Amino acid sequence: MAYSDKVIDHYENPRNVGVLDKTATDVGTGMVGAPACGDVMRLQIQVGDDGVIKDAKFKTYGCGSAIASSSLLTEWVKGKTLDEARQIKNSAIAEELALPPVKVHCSVLAEDAIKAAISDYQAKQPVD
Amino acid sequence: MKFPIYLDYSATTPVDPRVAEKMCDCLTLEGTFGNPASRSHAFGWSAEKLVDEARANVAALIGADPKEIVWTSGATESDNLAIKGAAHFYQKQGKHIVTLKTEHKAVLDTCRQLEREGFEVTYLDVLPNGLVDRDVFEAAIRPDTVVASVMHVNNEIGVIQDIAALGRICRERKVIFHVDAAQSPGKVPINLAELPVDLMSFSAHKIYGPKGIGALYVQRKPRVRLEAQMHGGGHERGLRSGTLPTHQIVGMGEAFRIASEEMAAENERILMLRNRLYDGLRDMEEVYVNGDLEHRIAGNLNISFNFVEGESLMMALKDMAVSSGSACTSASLEPSYVLRALGRPDELAHSSLRFTLGRFTTEEEIDHVLSQVRGQVERLRELSPLWDMYKEGIDLNSVEWVAH
Repeated sequence: MAYSDKVIDHYENPRNVGVLDKTATDVGTGMVGAPACGDVMRLQIQVGDDGVIKDAKFKTYGCGSAIASSSLLTEWVKGKTLDEARQIKNSAIAEELALPPVKVHCSVLAEDAIKAAISDYQAKQPVD
Repeated sequence: MKFPIYLDYSATTPVDPRVAEKMCDCLTLEGTFGNPASRSHAFGWSAEKLVDEARANVAALIGADPKEIVWTSGATESDNLAIKGAAHFYQKQGKHIVTLKTEHKAVLDTCRQLEREGFEVTYLDVLPNGLVDRDVFEAAIRPDTVVASVMHVNNEIGVIQDIAALGRICRERKVIFHVDAAQSPGKVPINLAELPVDLMSFSAHKIYGPKGIGALYVQRKPRVRLEAQMHGGGHERGLRSGTLPTHQIVGMGEAFRIASEEMAAENERILMLRNRLYDGLRDMEEVYVNGDLEHRIAGNLNISFNFVEGESLMMALKDMAVSSGSACTSASLEPSYVLRALGRPDELAHSSLRFTLGRFTTEEEIDHVLSQVRGQVERLRELSPLWDMYKEGIDLNSVEWVAH
């Protein structure tokens, strides 16, 4: 199966690879997938006082499309508010990367990862 | 060096130039293009002569009588003819079949079809090294067992089953014993004059011959009976009708002849290269060889790089053609059923690469492959959250994963 140029670009030059301090209160961590299924994505966001995502980092175990989906997602969420980030749909990721049907689940995983990261961040915030 | 480097010889092999040359002589008006079944003129006679020579060459490599060779379109057809043919012919004696979970799909799907026809099939587990336990095999045979089918060399992990021992059990219990030997000629010595095997399937394109041609060995003494699956002009003593493809048959014959002459030296050279590859990888952390390393053909190294997904690793290894047991490489999104049958965790199946070396593999190529693989595994581990967790000492089995 041939990969799209965008998948290859993100796979060969992944953006925002790394780790944020998962214990920090301004950091949300989402880890989705399972080793037995062949993909695990860890997405982390750092959120400013204004509710805007300042930084995002990822690490992914999975196929090229899974790595590209998470790399693209980190680019997209930076500068977005949590509400905006939550609106990102897997179909937009799949479209941007021209994922074939058999790889659409990689984009679903990325959508799940950002939602999990936002939930984790919000669970850490003091209730007013 | 030419890129990409071909390291997928178990998928198929290039045709040896000596084989291609002989094949080309059987196609045009100037060549031996006749129908080997034409009895009335010299075109047919000369084609028949070439087919007979090829039959003798195939038989010679495997210690069979040329009369025991039936041409087919490949090992898949041979497996179908052998298993369905024997099961149908002997079904009055029983309707039970024994085989292994690690067999090729050509055997497994044929057995599935027989199940739909009312046969019962036992699919045996293998040991963690990929070999079947003799006692387990013997215990599976019942009074109504008519056919047992075991592969000689496994296509994914390259392990060699002890077909002599399994065949002796079948002889004692009066069970027809079929062996899928698509991957073994030229790699493992085969002497059917002594082996207790009734039916054996062969392919040409795994041994530097052309695709689309294979053979089934059908033992004559004592005679094994089969129900034909293909009907027509009564070719191959009625077992497989269809005009004989002279050029394909000549190609298979020449490939087997070359193997008879060269296999000893060739396997020694390939083993040296395989060991060079393995020695260059074995010191890496969390690397596992899949399948027994001793009872294994020289050209196979199936190895898992834990915490790195196989398809992404192959994507990184642009300079080479290998295959993986990762789910992402299969249409079904399931990891390799062969690796799962070894009892390995699924993640190791997802992380596996199969390198298969062959006649045209060079030391220079192996050295290039080594540096690429080491570098890319390291790069992808830096990208892997599982590698981080492993390094932090977290037991990945204790984590509650959010599977999807």
